[in-house]
Amino acid sequence: MSGGPGLEFEVAIADLESRIAALERQTDRSDATENEIRELRMELVNQLRDVYGSLDAWQTVQVARHKNRPYTRDYLNLAFDEFVELHGDKHFGDDRAMLSGFAKLDRFKVMVLGHQKGRTYKERAACHFGCAHPEGYRKAMTKMRLAEKYQLPLICFIDTPGAYPGIGAEERGQAQVIAESMFMMSRLKTPVICVVIGEGGSGGALGIGVGDRVAVLQHAYYSVISPEGCAGILWKSHEHAPKAAAALRFTSKDLRRLNVVDDVLEEPLGGAHRDHHQMASRLKTYLSRTLAELEQKTSDELVDSRYEKFRRIGVFLEDAS
Amino acid sequence: MSTVDTNASRAQAEAATNVPPKKRGVPEGLWLKCPGCGASVYKKEVEQQLNVCPKCEHHFYVSAVQRIEQVLDAGTFELMNDHIRPTDPLVFTDRRNYADRLIGEQNRTGLSDAVMTGTGMVRARRVAFAVTDSAFIMGSMGSVVGERLTRLIEKATEQNLPLIIVSASGGGARMHEGILSLMQMAKVSAALARYDEAGGLFISVLTNPTMGGVAASFASLGDLVFAEPKALIGFAGPRTIKATIGIELPEGFQTSEFLLEHGYIDRIVTRKNLKTEIARAIDYCGK
Ligand SMILES: [Zn+2]
Repeated sequence: MSGGPGLEFEVAIADLESRIAALERQTDRSDATENEIRELRMELVNQLRDVYGSLDAWQTVQVARHKNRPYTRDYLNLAFDEFVELHGDKHFGDDRAMLSGFAKLDRFKVMVLGHQKGRTYKERAACHFGCAHPEGYRKAMTKMRLAEKYQLPLICFIDTPGAYPGIGAEERGQAQVIAESMFMMSRLKTPVICVVIGEGGSGGALGIGVGDRVAVLQHAYYSVISPEGCAGILWKSHEHAPKAAAALRFTSKDLRRLNVVDDVLEEPLGGAHRDHHQMASRLKTYLSRTLAELEQKTSDELVDSRYEKFRRIGVFLEDAS
Repeated sequence: MSTVDTNASRAQAEAATNVPPKKRGVPEGLWLKCPGCGASVYKKEVEQQLNVCPKCEHHFYVSAVQRIEQVLDAGTFELMNDHIRPTDPLVFTDRRNYADRLIGEQNRTGLSDAVMTGTGMVRARRVAFAVTDSAFIMGSMGSVVGERLTRLIEKATEQNLPLIIVSASGGGARMHEGILSLMQMAKVSAALARYDEAGGLFISVLTNPTMGGVAASFASLGDLVFAEPKALIGFAGPRTIKATIGIELPEGFQTSEFLLEHGYIDRIVTRKNLKTEIARAIDYCGK
């Protein structure tokens, strides 16, 4: 799969990809053509290594938001053996921005929750570009309770620009449900694994982000505020989003260094959007290994160590005085 | 994709317009113009009424220190964890260094960060008490606010104390400490969940403004949620919402009265009744 349309720092890469594709379309390829393809491929690998080996924060955001990036539903198709979707929050509606259901992964039966952005325009509109409403978090909480009751490990895929900002969302308690969801997750007596697969946008992300293990994909980001939002407030213009992105220290490397995430999952060369299958297979390996680790613990041990894990986050000075 | 620009901290700048002057107490001079009724009111009189307009009951800004004086019995407050001080973990620089900004805010407000925590008495009932101050980087929560609140909640859990947190935080999670600020929401909420399991009584008092990551964590998790009249309370900032949906927001949107109407708070409590109401609630809950 090619990188698809769009990223400005990928102009040379996109050019190589289209040249290779054009050559490969020829039916009767001469040896010279085969050689050219081989050379272009090597050049492409070098370019991808260069560019993706040193993405800056703002470029990372572009990759995390890439239209061809695998979404929750892609991972459900590729990494899991079965997915039985469960709809509804039993209260107001069925938020398409929050996907939930039973799933099988190797020998494990699990509950999966995840933000869903949608691929086509129609899908994107139906799930508000991955921005959940309060009913999305209520839906998540009903599935969390179910998972706990039947001792299913919970897997949460985080991929949202943020919780939806709208009149209905405020009327139905956006702040309330995000708070309640974190509150509930922190005491959930079943293993919880959270993986930021694309955008980890603020409270909307953290609302399903309190886990025994929190992982992030190499080119995903996880931030207190969108770079545009931060630039608008502190630099008084959205145009300064690249500066804000750098200042916020939200790339996978930063997150690991700040002890906010436990693991970073390496992406295929050139980003997850170039190879959904490989990314899904790495994710599956990670989840399977982590589930096996967590199933060794009692639910009390899980809850206690989950508490301690979040308890330790924060940087401040403390004088003995 | 940046169609939607939602955020906990986003509310920060927007709420700023709703925060009266960034000074301790009410503005200088003998007379004040009340933003509630437009009348010129005598400043002394406002101060005597706990910074409430005598004509229309508009609730002006009060500092953390004033709030402590208003709610706790005189001389009973024991400040805790003031030695926990903010630093600049991201070496964050916008148009100004965060490190400099912190020093500036500390000098201007006399506070070491945006929350004061400790123990004290409410009409002779011992409580764990915290109050955020919207004058300090809009009352936003960074590592220090999260840590002080968590330690307070843990103390309340151990000592079986009722917990009162008064929020005045338009800033939500503090941008300058990035993801560490966001994580304080989870940390404090987790501490409250343990406190709840232990049977603790938490009274959350929402005042103008309580937005973003503060609204979306501890402020919404009270067994009882009180709000001062006409406070701005919500998740996303009004400007963000307007920019997203492109229509005018209804009158009274995201006020205390709006939240009461939609079922998210238990009582609207005027400032002069707050102490009595807290004491009464503690008695009902048998603590
Ligand atoms: Zn007035």
